[in-house]
Amino acid sequence: MARILVQEALFDMATESAALTAGRTDIGGVASFLGVCRGDDALAAMVLEHYPGMTERALGRIAAEAEARWPLTGCTVIHRVGRILPGEPIVLVLTASAHRAAALESCAFLIDWLKTKAPFWKREEFADGDARWVAAKNEDDAAAARWSVKNI
Amino acid sequence: MRILYFAWLRQKIGVAEEEVTPPAEVLDIAGLRDWLATRSPGHAAAFADAKQIRAAVNQDFATPDHPIVAGDEIAFFPPVTGG
Repeated sequence: MARILVQEALFDMATESAALTAGRTDIGGVASFLGVCRGDDALAAMVLEHYPGMTERALGRIAAEAEARWPLTGCTVIHRVGRILPGEPIVLVLTASAHRAAALESCAFLIDWLKTKAPFWKREEFADGDARWVAAKNEDDAAAARWSVKNI
Repeated sequence: MRILYFAWLRQKIGVAEEEVTPPAEVLDIAGLRDWLATRSPGHAAAFADAKQIRAAVNQDFATPDHPIVAGDEIAFFPPVTGG
């Protein structure tokens, strides 16, 4: 059962990683992805909007899909919402398994699917007061599509 | 029927949600989208480019031909950009 959190608060990757492995002797590897807010083009902040209820449901489904495809012994997905400053973390994916391949592959799968199948929207706020919604990227769709069942 | 809007659709329409009763001939997401677009200039602007609109029915992603019934929670939003 994955640990899934959608929250405004900062999280700590080391704490989450330690919690995932605490007291366990069946974990041979933990893979991680930490998404961080870049400060390109005088970005002042990134504001993450989401669809409460559907977000948790979508993340749960994506994690369940990962657990069905790989023999995971642990999984944590934390996605922040609200106002995020450059340099702050946005999203954390941790996957644990007996062996590295399952941990590494499922971690990549989770972030690729999360980007295209969970209801979050990013708005960039700039130092000059300008703001714009981030457009979806074709390469994100392509990254998600490489995990379609026929490619497994 | 409860309609939710997110991101720039919410901004263009000016509300995050509204309760509507579409006419009986509105049977699916595409029909609802076209009917909602007639409700105000803001709605028309929000729904102007159908390719940029995604939808969910009862918190699951739904295609334009997905049927709708009274009591559904329906959301319209742009392609997602999380992660």
